[in-house]
Amino acid sequence: MIKGITIGQYFAGRSPLHRMDARMKIVLTLAYMVVIFLCKNFWALGCTALAAVLCAALSGVPAKMILRSMRPVLILVLFTGVLNVFYTNGPNTHIWFQYELWRVTLKITREGVFTAMFTTIRILCLIAVSSLLTYTTTPSMLTTAMERLLLPLAKLKVPVAVFAMMMTLALRFVPTLIEETERIMNAQKSRGANLETGSLLQRVRAFVPVLVPLFVSAFRRAAELASAMESRCYTGEGPRTSLKQLRLRPWDFGWLAGTVLLTAGIVALNHFFRAVI
Amino acid sequence: MNAIETQSLTYQYPNTGKGTPAAIEGINLAAQPGQLLCIIGHTGSGKSTLVQHLNALLKPTGGAVFVDGKNIWQNKASIRQARFWVGLCFQYPEYQMFEETVEKDIAFGPKNMGLPGDEIRARVLRAAEYVGLPESCLPKSPFDLSGGEKRRAAIAGVMAMEPRALVLDEPTAGLDPAGKEQIQQLILRYRRETGRTVLLISHNMEEVARLADQILVMHQGRAALCGTAAEVFGRAAQLREMGLSVPVVTDIFERLRAAGLPVSAEIFTEEQAAAELARLKREGVRLP
Ligand SMILES: Nc1ncnc2c1ncn2[C@@H]1O[C@H](COP(=O)(O)OP(=O)(O)OP(=O)(O)O)[C@@H](O)[C@H]1O
Ligand SMILES: [Mg+2]
Repeated sequence: MIKGITIGQYFAGRSPLHRMDARMKIVLTLAYMVVIFLCKNFWALGCTALAAVLCAALSGVPAKMILRSMRPVLILVLFTGVLNVFYTNGPNTHIWFQYELWRVTLKITREGVFTAMFTTIRILCLIAVSSLLTYTTTPSMLTTAMERLLLPLAKLKVPVAVFAMMMTLALRFVPTLIEETERIMNAQKSRGANLETGSLLQRVRAFVPVLVPLFVSAFRRAAELASAMESRCYTGEGPRTSLKQLRLRPWDFGWLAGTVLLTAGIVALNHFFRAVI
Repeated sequence: MNAIETQSLTYQYPNTGKGTPAAIEGINLAAQPGQLLCIIGHTGSGKSTLVQHLNALLKPTGGAVFVDGKNIWQNKASIRQARFWVGLCFQYPEYQMFEETVEKDIAFGPKNMGLPGDEIRARVLRAAEYVGLPESCLPKSPFDLSGGEKRRAAIAGVMAMEPRALVLDEPTAGLDPAGKEQIQQLILRYRRETGRTVLLISHNMEEVARLADQILVMHQGRAALCGTAAEVFGRAAQLREMGLSVPVVTDIFERLRAAGLPVSAEIFTEEQAAAELARLKREGVRLP
Protein backbone atom coordinates (compact mmCIF):
# COMPACT_ATOMS: atom_id res chain seq x y z
CA MET A 1 0.00 0.00 0.00
CA ILE A 2 2.82 2.44 0.75
CA LYS A 3 5.23 0.77 -1.59
CA GLY A 4 4.19 2.90 -4.58
CA ILE A 5 5.74 6.02 -3.10
CA THR A 6 9.17 6.83 -4.43
CA ILE A 7 11.19 9.70 -3.10
CA GLY A 8 14.70 10.14 -4.29
CA GLN A 9 13.66 8.39 -7.47
CA TYR A 10 17.11 8.10 -8.97
CA PHE A 11 17.41 6.14 -12.21
CA ALA A 12 20.99 4.94 -12.55
CA GLY A 13 22.67 5.65 -15.86
CA ARG A 14 25.61 7.26 -17.63
CA SER A 15 23.82 9.55 -20.08
CA PRO A 16 25.01 13.11 -20.82
CA LEU A 17 22.31 14.30 -18.44
CA HIS A 18 23.58 12.07 -15.66
CA ARG A 19 27.08 13.40 -16.19
CA MET A 20 26.14 17.06 -16.10
CA ASP A 21 27.28 18.89 -12.99
CA ALA A 22 24.38 18.88 -10.52
CA ARG A 23 24.68 22.62 -9.89
CA MET A 24 24.45 23.28 -13.60
CA LYS A 25 21.47 20.96 -13.83
CA ILE A 26 19.59 22.82 -11.12
CA VAL A 27 20.36 26.22 -12.61
CA LEU A 28 19.42 25.14 -16.13
CA THR A 29 16.21 23.52 -14.90
CA LEU A 30 15.26 26.81 -13.27
CA ALA A 31 16.21 28.66 -16.46
CA TYR A 32 14.03 26.30 -18.48
CA MET A 33 11.10 27.00 -16.18
CA VAL A 34 11.47 30.70 -16.89
CA VAL A 35 11.84 30.13 -20.62
CA ILE A 36 8.64 28.12 -20.83
CA PHE A 37 6.72 31.07 -19.44
CA LEU A 38 8.33 33.43 -21.92
CA CYS A 39 6.73 31.61 -24.87
CA LYS A 40 4.05 33.69 -26.53
CA ASN A 41 3.12 31.62 -29.55
CA PHE A 42 2.93 28.01 -30.65
CA TRP A 43 6.28 28.12 -32.48
CA ALA A 44 8.11 29.14 -29.33
CA LEU A 45 6.17 26.74 -27.16
CA GLY A 46 6.79 23.91 -29.62
CA CYS A 47 10.54 24.52 -29.57
CA THR A 48 10.68 24.57 -25.79
CA ALA A 49 8.62 21.38 -25.54
CA LEU A 50 10.84 19.77 -28.17
CA ALA A 51 13.88 20.62 -26.05
CA ALA A 52 12.29 18.79 -23.11
CA VAL A 53 11.53 15.76 -25.27
CA LEU A 54 15.11 15.72 -26.59
CA CYS A 55 16.51 15.86 -23.05
CA ALA A 56 14.21 13.03 -22.00
CA ALA A 57 15.37 10.95 -24.94
CA LEU A 58 19.03 11.71 -24.15
CA SER A 59 18.63 10.80 -20.49
CA GLY A 60 17.84 7.15 -21.19
CA VAL A 61 15.11 7.26 -18.54
CA PRO A 62 12.20 5.14 -19.83
CA ALA A 63 9.35 7.29 -21.14
CA LYS A 64 7.01 5.25 -18.95
CA MET A 65 8.72 6.52 -15.81
CA ILE A 66 8.49 10.14 -16.92
CA LEU A 67 4.84 9.74 -17.83
CA ARG A 68 4.21 8.14 -14.45
CA SER A 69 5.54 11.23 -12.69
CA MET A 70 2.92 13.26 -14.56
CA ARG A 71 0.04 11.14 -13.32
CA PRO A 72 -0.46 12.85 -9.94
CA VAL A 73 -1.00 16.26 -11.59
CA LEU A 74 -3.21 14.99 -14.39
CA ILE A 75 -6.36 16.01 -12.53
CA LEU A 76 -4.97 19.48 -11.95
CA VAL A 77 -4.04 19.79 -15.62
CA LEU A 78 -7.49 18.68 -16.79
CA PHE A 79 -9.20 20.96 -14.29
CA THR A 80 -7.27 24.08 -15.28
CA GLY A 81 -7.66 23.12 -18.93
CA VAL A 82 -11.46 22.93 -18.69
CA LEU A 83 -11.66 26.13 -16.67
CA ASN A 84 -9.55 27.94 -19.22
CA VAL A 85 -11.66 26.73 -22.12
CA PHE A 86 -14.90 28.06 -20.65
CA TYR A 87 -13.88 31.04 -18.60
CA THR A 88 -11.65 33.03 -20.89
CA ASN A 89 -13.43 36.26 -21.66
CA GLY A 90 -12.24 39.45 -23.16
CA PRO A 91 -13.20 42.35 -25.37
CA ASN A 92 -12.15 40.78 -28.65
CA THR A 93 -12.44 37.03 -28.24
CA HIS A 94 -13.46 34.79 -31.11
CA ILE A 95 -16.43 32.71 -30.10
CA TRP A 96 -16.31 29.22 -31.57
CA PHE A 97 -19.23 27.70 -29.80
CA GLN A 98 -22.00 28.99 -27.57
CA TYR A 99 -24.72 27.20 -25.67
CA GLU A 100 -27.45 28.50 -23.37
CA LEU A 101 -27.97 26.27 -20.34
CA TRP A 102 -30.65 27.73 -18.08
CA ARG A 103 -29.35 31.19 -17.46
CA VAL A 104 -25.69 30.35 -17.90
CA THR A 105 -24.02 30.86 -21.23
CA LEU A 106 -21.38 28.26 -22.01
CA LYS A 107 -18.94 29.86 -24.37
CA ILE A 108 -15.93 28.32 -26.02
CA THR A 109 -13.60 30.94 -27.39
CA ARG A 110 -10.49 30.56 -29.50
CA GLU A 111 -8.47 32.37 -26.84
CA GLY A 112 -9.84 30.02 -24.19
CA VAL A 113 -8.80 26.93 -26.11
CA PHE A 114 -5.34 28.37 -26.77
CA THR A 115 -4.85 29.31 -23.13
CA ALA A 116 -5.89 25.83 -22.08
CA MET A 117 -3.43 24.25 -24.48
CA PHE A 118 -0.65 26.56 -23.34
CA THR A 119 -1.23 25.91 -19.66
CA THR A 120 -1.41 22.16 -20.18
CA ILE A 121 1.77 21.97 -22.22
CA ARG A 122 3.60 24.27 -19.82
CA ILE A 123 2.66 22.22 -16.76
CA LEU A 124 3.56 18.94 -18.45
CA CYS A 125 6.93 20.34 -19.58
CA LEU A 126 7.65 21.64 -16.10
CA ILE A 127 6.98 18.26 -14.60
CA ALA A 128 8.93 16.41 -17.27
CA VAL A 129 12.00 18.56 -16.76
CA SER A 130 11.92 18.60 -12.98
CA SER A 131 11.40 14.84 -12.86
CA LEU A 132 14.32 14.46 -15.26
CA LEU A 133 16.38 16.40 -12.74
CA THR A 134 15.54 13.99 -9.94
CA TYR A 135 15.76 10.91 -12.16
CA THR A 136 19.29 11.74 -13.29
CA THR A 137 20.71 13.09 -10.02
CA THR A 138 21.12 11.16 -6.79
CA PRO A 139 19.44 12.82 -3.80
CA SER A 140 22.78 13.25 -2.08
CA MET A 141 24.20 14.97 -5.17
CA LEU A 142 21.15 17.22 -5.28
CA THR A 143 21.56 18.35 -1.70
CA THR A 144 25.31 18.87 -2.16
CA ALA A 145 24.64 20.98 -5.23
CA MET A 146 21.94 22.98 -3.44
CA GLU A 147 24.33 23.59 -0.59
CA ARG A 148 27.00 24.87 -2.97
CA LEU A 149 24.52 27.08 -4.80
CA LEU A 150 23.19 28.59 -1.59
CA LEU A 151 26.63 29.03 -0.05
CA PRO A 152 26.67 32.80 -0.69
CA LEU A 153 23.77 33.02 1.77
CA ALA A 154 26.12 31.79 4.50
CA LYS A 155 27.67 35.26 4.37
CA LEU A 156 24.30 36.54 5.59
CA LYS A 157 24.54 34.11 8.54
CA VAL A 158 22.07 31.65 7.02
CA PRO A 159 23.17 28.18 8.24
CA VAL A 160 23.27 26.68 4.76
CA ALA A 161 25.49 23.73 5.68
CA VAL A 162 23.25 22.75 8.58
CA PHE A 163 20.16 22.92 6.39
CA ALA A 164 21.90 20.81 3.78
CA MET A 165 22.83 18.23 6.41
CA MET A 166 19.23 18.14 7.64
CA MET A 167 18.04 17.67 4.08
CA THR A 168 20.50 14.84 3.48
CA LEU A 169 19.49 13.09 6.68
CA ALA A 170 15.79 13.50 5.97
CA LEU A 171 16.23 11.97 2.52
CA ARG A 172 18.33 9.18 3.96
CA PHE A 173 15.63 8.23 6.45
CA VAL A 174 12.60 8.31 4.18
CA PRO A 175 13.01 4.70 2.96
CA THR A 176 13.84 3.55 6.48
CA LEU A 177 10.70 5.12 7.87
CA ILE A 178 8.55 3.71 5.08
CA GLU A 179 9.90 0.25 5.86
CA GLU A 180 9.34 0.80 9.56
CA THR A 181 5.76 1.95 8.98
CA GLU A 182 5.06 -1.15 6.98
CA ARG A 183 6.51 -3.38 9.67
CA ILE A 184 4.46 -1.74 12.40
CA MET A 185 1.31 -1.85 10.29
CA ASN A 186 1.83 -5.57 9.75
CA ALA A 187 2.45 -6.13 13.43
CA GLN A 188 -0.76 -4.32 14.42
CA LYS A 189 -2.74 -6.05 11.70
CA SER A 190 -1.50 -9.32 13.20
CA ARG A 191 -3.23 -8.25 16.39
CA GLY A 192 -6.43 -7.67 14.48
CA ALA A 193 -6.12 -3.92 13.89
CA ASN A 194 -8.36 -2.89 11.04
CA LEU A 195 -6.53 -0.22 9.07
CA GLU A 196 -8.28 -0.42 5.74
CA THR A 197 -12.01 -0.10 6.25
CA GLY A 198 -14.37 2.15 8.18
CA SER A 199 -15.21 5.83 8.08
CA LEU A 200 -12.49 8.46 7.82
CA LEU A 201 -12.59 9.17 11.55
CA GLN A 202 -12.41 5.47 12.36
CA ARG A 203 -9.46 5.08 10.06
CA VAL A 204 -7.61 8.02 11.54
CA ARG A 205 -8.17 6.58 15.00
CA ALA A 206 -7.08 3.15 13.81
CA PHE A 207 -3.74 4.67 12.88
CA VAL A 208 -2.85 5.65 16.44
CA PRO A 209 -1.37 2.18 17.09
CA VAL A 210 0.85 2.73 14.06
CA LEU A 211 1.81 6.35 14.67
CA VAL A 212 2.82 6.02 18.31
CA PRO A 213 5.44 3.29 17.74
CA LEU A 214 6.56 5.08 14.59
CA PHE A 215 7.27 8.30 16.47
CA VAL A 216 8.94 6.43 19.29
CA SER A 217 11.23 4.69 16.86
CA ALA A 218 11.90 7.88 14.88
CA PHE A 219 12.97 9.66 18.07
CA ARG A 220 15.09 6.70 19.09
CA ARG A 221 16.78 6.72 15.70
CA ALA A 222 17.31 10.46 15.87
CA ALA A 223 18.95 10.16 19.28
CA GLU A 224 21.17 7.33 18.09
CA LEU A 225 22.13 9.28 15.00
CA ALA A 226 22.91 12.37 17.07
CA SER A 227 25.28 10.44 19.32
CA ALA A 228 26.87 8.77 16.31
CA MET A 229 27.47 12.15 14.70
CA GLU A 230 28.75 13.72 17.87
CA SER A 231 31.16 10.88 18.47
CA ARG A 232 32.56 11.67 15.02
CA CYS A 233 33.02 15.28 16.14
CA TYR A 234 30.24 16.80 14.01
CA THR A 235 29.39 20.25 15.34
CA GLY A 236 27.70 21.93 12.41
CA GLU A 237 30.31 24.64 12.44
CA GLY A 238 33.12 25.36 10.09
CA PRO A 239 33.36 24.70 6.39
CA ARG A 240 32.81 21.10 5.36
CA THR A 241 34.29 19.49 2.32
CA SER A 242 32.40 16.93 0.32
CA LEU A 243 33.37 13.38 -0.56
CA LYS A 244 31.88 13.80 -4.00
CA GLN A 245 33.50 16.88 -5.47
CA LEU A 246 31.47 18.93 -7.88
CA ARG A 247 33.48 20.09 -10.84
CA LEU A 248 32.36 22.02 -13.90
CA ARG A 249 33.61 20.38 -17.08
CA PRO A 250 33.59 21.57 -20.72
CA TRP A 251 30.37 19.79 -21.57
CA ASP A 252 28.59 21.57 -18.71
CA PHE A 253 29.27 24.82 -20.56
CA GLY A 254 27.96 23.14 -23.69
CA TRP A 255 24.65 22.63 -21.92
CA LEU A 256 24.73 26.23 -20.74
CA ALA A 257 25.32 27.40 -24.30
CA GLY A 258 22.46 25.24 -25.50
CA THR A 259 20.10 26.80 -22.98
CA VAL A 260 21.21 30.31 -23.89
CA LEU A 261 20.63 29.44 -27.54
CA LEU A 262 17.15 28.13 -26.74
CA THR A 263 16.32 31.32 -24.86
CA ALA A 264 17.57 33.46 -27.72
CA GLY A 265 15.53 31.35 -30.15
CA ILE A 266 12.38 31.78 -28.07
CA VAL A 267 12.84 35.53 -27.88
CA ALA A 268 13.32 35.64 -31.68
CA LEU A 269 10.25 33.45 -32.32
CA ASN A 270 8.20 35.62 -29.98
CA HIS A 271 9.33 38.59 -32.00
CA PHE A 272 8.69 37.19 -35.49
CA PHE A 273 5.37 35.44 -34.95
CA ARG A 274 2.17 36.90 -33.63
CA ALA A 275 1.50 36.29 -29.98
CA VAL A 276 -1.57 34.14 -29.39
CA ILE A 277 -1.88 34.63 -25.65
CA MET B 1 -5.52 -32.80 9.89
CA ASN B 2 -2.61 -30.40 10.14
CA ALA B 3 -2.88 -27.28 12.28
CA ILE B 4 -1.01 -25.32 9.65
CA GLU B 5 -0.29 -26.43 6.15
CA THR B 6 1.05 -24.73 3.05
CA GLN B 7 0.89 -26.24 -0.41
CA SER B 8 3.57 -25.20 -2.90
CA LEU B 9 3.48 -21.71 -1.45
CA THR B 10 5.24 -19.17 -3.65
CA TYR B 11 5.64 -15.45 -3.16
CA GLN B 12 7.30 -12.79 -5.25
CA TYR B 13 7.47 -9.29 -3.75
CA PRO B 14 5.53 -6.98 -6.06
CA ASN B 15 8.22 -4.29 -6.15
CA THR B 16 10.96 -6.62 -7.34
CA GLY B 17 11.88 -6.97 -10.99
CA LYS B 18 10.96 -9.89 -13.20
CA GLY B 19 14.51 -11.26 -13.12
CA THR B 20 14.74 -11.62 -9.34
CA PRO B 21 13.91 -15.05 -7.92
CA ALA B 22 10.78 -15.41 -5.79
CA ALA B 23 11.30 -14.70 -2.06
CA ILE B 24 9.87 -18.14 -1.32
CA GLU B 25 9.06 -20.89 -3.74
CA GLY B 26 7.18 -24.17 -3.53
CA ILE B 27 7.08 -24.40 0.26
CA ASN B 28 5.18 -27.38 1.64
CA LEU B 29 4.97 -26.96 5.35
CA ALA B 30 2.91 -29.11 7.69
CA ALA B 31 2.65 -28.54 11.42
CA GLN B 32 0.58 -31.04 13.37
CA PRO B 33 -1.60 -29.81 16.24
CA GLY B 34 0.44 -29.26 19.37
CA GLN B 35 3.72 -29.54 17.55
CA LEU B 36 6.62 -27.14 18.02
CA LEU B 37 8.06 -26.48 14.58
CA CYS B 38 11.28 -24.52 14.23
CA ILE B 39 12.21 -22.73 11.04
CA ILE B 40 15.91 -22.06 10.51
CA GLY B 41 17.79 -20.60 7.59
CA HIS B 42 20.46 -18.13 6.59
CA THR B 43 19.50 -14.46 6.63
CA GLY B 44 17.39 -13.60 3.58
CA SER B 45 16.29 -17.19 3.05
CA GLY B 46 12.61 -16.24 3.29
CA LYS B 47 11.65 -17.26 6.82
CA SER B 48 9.85 -14.04 7.68
CA THR B 49 8.18 -13.96 4.30
CA LEU B 50 6.91 -17.49 4.86
CA VAL B 51 5.39 -16.83 8.27
CA GLN B 52 3.66 -13.65 7.12
CA HIS B 53 1.56 -15.87 4.88
CA LEU B 54 0.26 -17.91 7.77
CA ASN B 55 -2.02 -15.16 9.10
CA ALA B 56 -2.88 -13.74 5.69
CA LEU B 57 -0.66 -10.65 5.83
CA LEU B 58 0.78 -11.57 2.46
CA LYS B 59 -1.32 -13.01 -0.33
CA PRO B 60 0.49 -15.89 -1.97
CA THR B 61 1.36 -15.44 -5.63
CA GLY B 62 1.14 -19.21 -5.92
CA GLY B 63 -0.07 -22.10 -3.77
CA ALA B 64 -2.34 -22.04 -0.75
CA VAL B 65 -2.33 -21.83 3.05
CA PHE B 66 -4.58 -23.97 5.24
CA VAL B 67 -5.25 -23.41 8.93
CA ASP B 68 -7.03 -26.32 10.56
CA GLY B 69 -7.84 -27.56 7.09
CA LYS B 70 -9.43 -24.30 5.99
CA ASN B 71 -8.10 -22.28 3.08
CA ILE B 72 -7.53 -18.85 4.60
CA TRP B 73 -8.01 -16.96 1.33
CA GLN B 74 -11.49 -18.33 0.71
CA ASN B 75 -13.35 -15.12 1.61
CA LYS B 76 -13.14 -11.97 3.72
CA ALA B 77 -14.29 -13.74 6.87
CA SER B 78 -11.69 -16.48 6.53
CA ILE B 79 -8.92 -13.89 6.13
CA ARG B 80 -9.97 -12.11 9.30
CA GLN B 81 -10.32 -15.43 11.08
CA ALA B 82 -6.78 -16.35 10.08
CA ARG B 83 -5.51 -13.21 11.87
CA PHE B 84 -6.90 -14.56 15.13
CA TRP B 85 -6.32 -18.26 14.57
CA VAL B 86 -2.65 -17.71 13.88
CA GLY B 87 -0.98 -15.30 16.29
CA LEU B 88 2.06 -13.81 14.61
CA CYS B 89 4.66 -12.10 16.74
CA PHE B 90 7.19 -10.13 14.73
CA GLN B 91 10.89 -9.74 15.33
CA TYR B 92 11.55 -7.11 18.04
CA PRO B 93 7.86 -7.01 18.97
CA GLU B 94 8.50 -4.52 21.79
CA TYR B 95 8.73 -1.74 19.19
CA GLN B 96 5.06 -2.11 18.35
CA MET B 97 3.74 -1.32 21.85
CA PHE B 98 1.77 1.91 21.93
CA GLU B 99 -0.73 2.00 24.80
CA GLU B 100 -0.25 3.90 28.05
CA THR B 101 -0.20 0.76 30.14
CA VAL B 102 1.06 -2.75 29.61
CA GLU B 103 -2.39 -4.09 30.41
CA LYS B 104 -4.06 -2.02 27.68
CA ASP B 105 -1.42 -3.02 25.21
CA ILE B 106 -1.89 -6.73 25.88
CA ALA B 107 -5.65 -6.16 25.61
CA PHE B 108 -5.35 -4.62 22.12
CA GLY B 109 -5.64 -7.95 20.28
CA PRO B 110 -8.56 -9.37 22.30
CA LYS B 111 -10.34 -6.02 22.01
CA ASN B 112 -10.04 -6.16 18.23
CA MET B 113 -11.64 -9.59 18.40
CA GLY B 114 -14.71 -7.95 19.92
CA LEU B 115 -14.62 -9.91 23.18
CA PRO B 116 -16.55 -8.75 26.27
CA GLY B 117 -14.66 -6.77 28.92
CA ASP B 118 -14.35 -9.45 31.58
CA GLU B 119 -13.15 -12.01 29.05
CA ILE B 120 -10.49 -9.53 27.88
CA ARG B 121 -9.36 -8.97 31.45
CA ALA B 122 -9.18 -12.73 32.08
CA ARG B 123 -7.13 -13.25 28.92
CA VAL B 124 -4.74 -10.44 29.78
CA LEU B 125 -4.08 -11.96 33.19
CA ARG B 126 -3.65 -15.41 31.69
CA ALA B 127 -1.23 -14.18 29.03
CA ALA B 128 0.77 -12.18 31.58
CA GLU B 129 0.98 -15.33 33.67
CA TYR B 130 2.24 -17.42 30.71
CA VAL B 131 5.07 -14.99 30.03
CA GLY B 132 5.88 -14.62 33.71
CA LEU B 133 5.03 -10.94 33.95
CA PRO B 134 4.14 -10.01 37.56
CA GLU B 135 0.78 -8.32 38.01
CA SER B 136 2.54 -5.24 39.35
CA CYS B 137 3.84 -4.63 35.81
CA LEU B 138 0.39 -4.33 34.25
CA PRO B 139 -0.42 -0.72 35.22
CA LYS B 140 3.07 0.45 34.21
CA SER B 141 3.89 2.19 30.95
CA PRO B 142 5.41 -0.22 28.43
CA PHE B 143 8.33 2.18 28.09
CA ASP B 144 9.25 1.76 31.76
CA LEU B 145 9.87 -1.98 31.48
CA SER B 146 13.28 -3.56 30.99
CA GLY B 147 14.19 -4.97 27.56
CA GLY B 148 13.37 -8.55 28.47
CA GLU B 149 10.12 -7.58 30.20
CA LYS B 150 9.06 -5.50 27.21
CA ARG B 151 9.70 -8.44 24.91
CA ARG B 152 7.64 -10.73 27.12
CA ALA B 153 4.82 -8.21 27.41
CA ALA B 154 4.73 -7.92 23.61
CA ILE B 155 4.58 -11.70 23.25
CA ALA B 156 1.76 -11.72 25.79
CA GLY B 157 -0.08 -9.30 23.51
CA VAL B 158 -0.20 -11.99 20.85
CA MET B 159 -0.85 -14.85 23.26
CA ALA B 160 -3.86 -12.98 24.68
CA MET B 161 -5.70 -13.54 21.41
CA GLU B 162 -5.42 -17.24 22.33
CA PRO B 163 -4.61 -18.22 18.76
CA ARG B 164 -4.75 -21.85 17.69
CA ALA B 165 -1.18 -21.53 16.53
CA LEU B 166 1.45 -19.15 17.83
CA VAL B 167 4.16 -17.99 15.41
CA LEU B 168 7.23 -16.25 16.81
CA ASP B 169 9.81 -14.59 14.58
CA GLU B 170 13.17 -14.73 16.36
CA PRO B 171 11.75 -14.14 19.84
CA THR B 172 15.14 -14.26 21.56
CA ALA B 173 17.03 -11.97 19.17
CA GLY B 174 19.03 -9.28 20.91
CA LEU B 175 18.41 -10.48 24.48
CA ASP B 176 21.00 -11.38 27.10
CA PRO B 177 21.44 -15.08 28.03
CA ALA B 178 19.08 -14.77 31.00
CA GLY B 179 16.43 -13.12 28.83
CA LYS B 180 16.85 -15.83 26.18
CA GLU B 181 16.50 -18.53 28.79
CA GLN B 182 13.30 -16.95 30.12
CA ILE B 183 11.76 -16.80 26.65
CA GLN B 184 12.66 -20.42 25.90
CA GLN B 185 11.20 -21.51 29.21
CA LEU B 186 7.98 -19.63 28.61
CA ILE B 187 7.58 -21.11 25.13
CA LEU B 188 8.03 -24.63 26.51
CA ARG B 189 5.61 -23.95 29.33
CA TYR B 190 3.03 -22.31 27.07
CA ARG B 191 3.12 -25.30 24.78
CA ARG B 192 2.93 -27.78 27.63
CA GLU B 193 0.01 -26.06 29.32
CA THR B 194 -2.07 -25.09 26.30
CA GLY B 195 -1.14 -27.92 23.97
CA ARG B 196 -1.31 -25.46 21.07
CA THR B 197 0.86 -25.44 17.99
CA VAL B 198 3.93 -23.22 18.06
CA LEU B 199 6.09 -22.13 15.13
CA LEU B 200 9.40 -20.53 15.88
CA ILE B 201 12.01 -18.85 13.72
CA SER B 202 15.46 -18.95 15.20
CA HIS B 203 19.11 -18.44 14.35
CA ASN B 204 20.27 -20.17 17.50
CA MET B 205 20.90 -23.88 16.92
CA GLU B 206 21.08 -24.71 20.63
CA GLU B 207 17.64 -23.18 21.08
CA VAL B 208 16.27 -25.09 18.10
CA ALA B 209 17.73 -28.40 19.29
CA ARG B 210 16.22 -27.84 22.70
CA LEU B 211 12.72 -26.79 21.63
CA ALA B 212 11.88 -28.32 18.27
CA ASP B 213 9.75 -31.37 17.53
CA GLN B 214 10.33 -30.73 13.87
CA ILE B 215 12.77 -28.49 12.02
CA LEU B 216 12.30 -26.84 8.64
CA VAL B 217 15.46 -25.57 6.97
CA MET B 218 15.01 -22.76 4.46
CA HIS B 219 17.63 -22.05 1.84
CA GLN B 220 17.32 -19.41 -0.85
CA GLY B 221 13.55 -19.34 -0.63
CA ARG B 222 13.08 -23.10 -0.72
CA ALA B 223 12.57 -25.74 1.93
CA ALA B 224 15.92 -27.52 1.87
CA LEU B 225 15.43 -29.99 4.72
CA CYS B 226 12.62 -30.96 7.02
CA GLY B 227 12.61 -33.43 9.88
CA THR B 228 13.49 -34.12 13.49
CA ALA B 229 16.61 -32.75 15.15
CA ALA B 230 18.40 -36.03 14.43
CA GLU B 231 17.48 -35.94 10.76
CA VAL B 232 18.46 -32.31 10.28
CA PHE B 233 21.53 -31.98 12.49
CA GLY B 234 22.76 -35.34 11.20
CA ARG B 235 23.59 -33.53 7.98
CA ALA B 236 26.18 -31.16 9.36
CA ALA B 237 28.05 -30.81 6.06
CA GLN B 238 24.93 -29.84 4.14
CA LEU B 239 23.94 -27.33 6.82
CA ARG B 240 27.36 -25.72 6.73
CA GLU B 241 27.08 -25.36 2.98
CA MET B 242 23.88 -23.36 3.56
CA GLY B 243 25.66 -21.05 5.97
CA LEU B 244 24.16 -22.74 9.04
CA SER B 245 25.74 -24.80 11.79
CA VAL B 246 24.92 -27.57 14.20
CA PRO B 247 24.74 -27.09 17.99
CA VAL B 248 28.19 -26.80 19.57
CA VAL B 249 27.74 -30.04 21.56
CA THR B 250 26.86 -31.92 18.37
CA ASP B 251 30.06 -30.63 16.83
CA ILE B 252 32.11 -31.67 19.86
CA PHE B 253 30.64 -35.17 19.91
CA GLU B 254 31.21 -35.52 16.20
CA ARG B 255 34.91 -34.83 16.82
CA LEU B 256 35.00 -37.23 19.74
CA ARG B 257 33.57 -39.91 17.49
CA ALA B 258 36.12 -39.06 14.83
CA ALA B 259 38.80 -39.49 17.51
CA GLY B 260 37.53 -43.01 18.06
CA LEU B 261 35.33 -42.68 21.15
CA PRO B 262 32.16 -44.81 21.08
CA VAL B 263 29.72 -41.92 21.57
CA SER B 264 26.23 -41.54 20.19
CA ALA B 265 25.76 -39.54 17.01
CA GLU B 266 22.53 -38.03 18.31
CA ILE B 267 23.67 -35.48 20.85
CA PHE B 268 22.01 -32.12 20.29
CA THR B 269 21.45 -30.55 23.70
CA GLU B 270 23.60 -29.98 26.75
CA GLU B 271 21.42 -32.35 28.77
CA GLN B 272 21.97 -35.16 26.27
CA ALA B 273 25.68 -34.39 26.25
CA ALA B 274 25.90 -34.54 30.04
CA ALA B 275 24.02 -37.85 30.09
CA GLU B 276 26.30 -39.30 27.42
CA LEU B 277 29.46 -38.19 29.24
CA ALA B 278 28.09 -39.70 32.46
CA ARG B 279 27.51 -42.98 30.60
CA LEU B 280 31.10 -42.95 29.29
CA LYS B 281 32.41 -42.35 32.78
CA ARG B 282 30.23 -45.12 34.21
CA GLU B 283 31.43 -47.56 31.61
CA GLY B 284 35.03 -46.48 32.17
CA VAL B 285 35.74 -45.58 28.54
CA ARG B 286 39.07 -43.83 28.01
CA LEU B 287 40.43 -41.83 25.08
CA PRO B 288 42.28 -44.19 22.77
N1 LIG C 1 9.30 -5.79 1.59
C1 LIG C 1 10.12 -6.44 0.74
N2 LIG C 1 10.22 -6.07 -0.55
C2 LIG C 1 11.04 -6.71 -1.40
N3 LIG C 1 11.80 -7.74 -1.08
C3 LIG C 1 11.76 -8.18 0.19
C4 LIG C 1 10.92 -7.55 1.17
N4 LIG C 1 11.08 -8.19 2.35
C5 LIG C 1 11.99 -9.17 2.12
N5 LIG C 1 12.39 -9.17 0.82
C6 LIG C 1 13.35 -10.11 0.21
O1 LIG C 1 12.85 -11.42 0.34
C7 LIG C 1 13.89 -12.31 0.72
C8 LIG C 1 13.51 -13.04 1.98
O2 LIG C 1 13.46 -12.12 3.04
P1 LIG C 1 13.00 -12.51 4.50
O3 LIG C 1 12.87 -11.25 5.28
O4 LIG C 1 11.83 -13.40 4.42
O5 LIG C 1 14.28 -13.31 5.01
P2 LIG C 1 14.55 -13.95 6.44
O6 LIG C 1 14.82 -15.39 6.23
O7 LIG C 1 13.46 -13.61 7.38
O8 LIG C 1 15.88 -13.23 6.86
P3 LIG C 1 16.38 -12.79 8.34
O9 LIG C 1 16.99 -13.99 8.97
O10 LIG C 1 17.44 -11.75 8.04
O11 LIG C 1 15.22 -12.23 9.08
C9 LIG C 1 15.15 -11.49 0.84
O12 LIG C 1 15.90 -11.67 -0.33
C10 LIG C 1 14.67 -10.07 0.94
O13 LIG C 1 15.57 -9.20 0.31
MG1 LIG D 1 13.35 -12.36 9.16
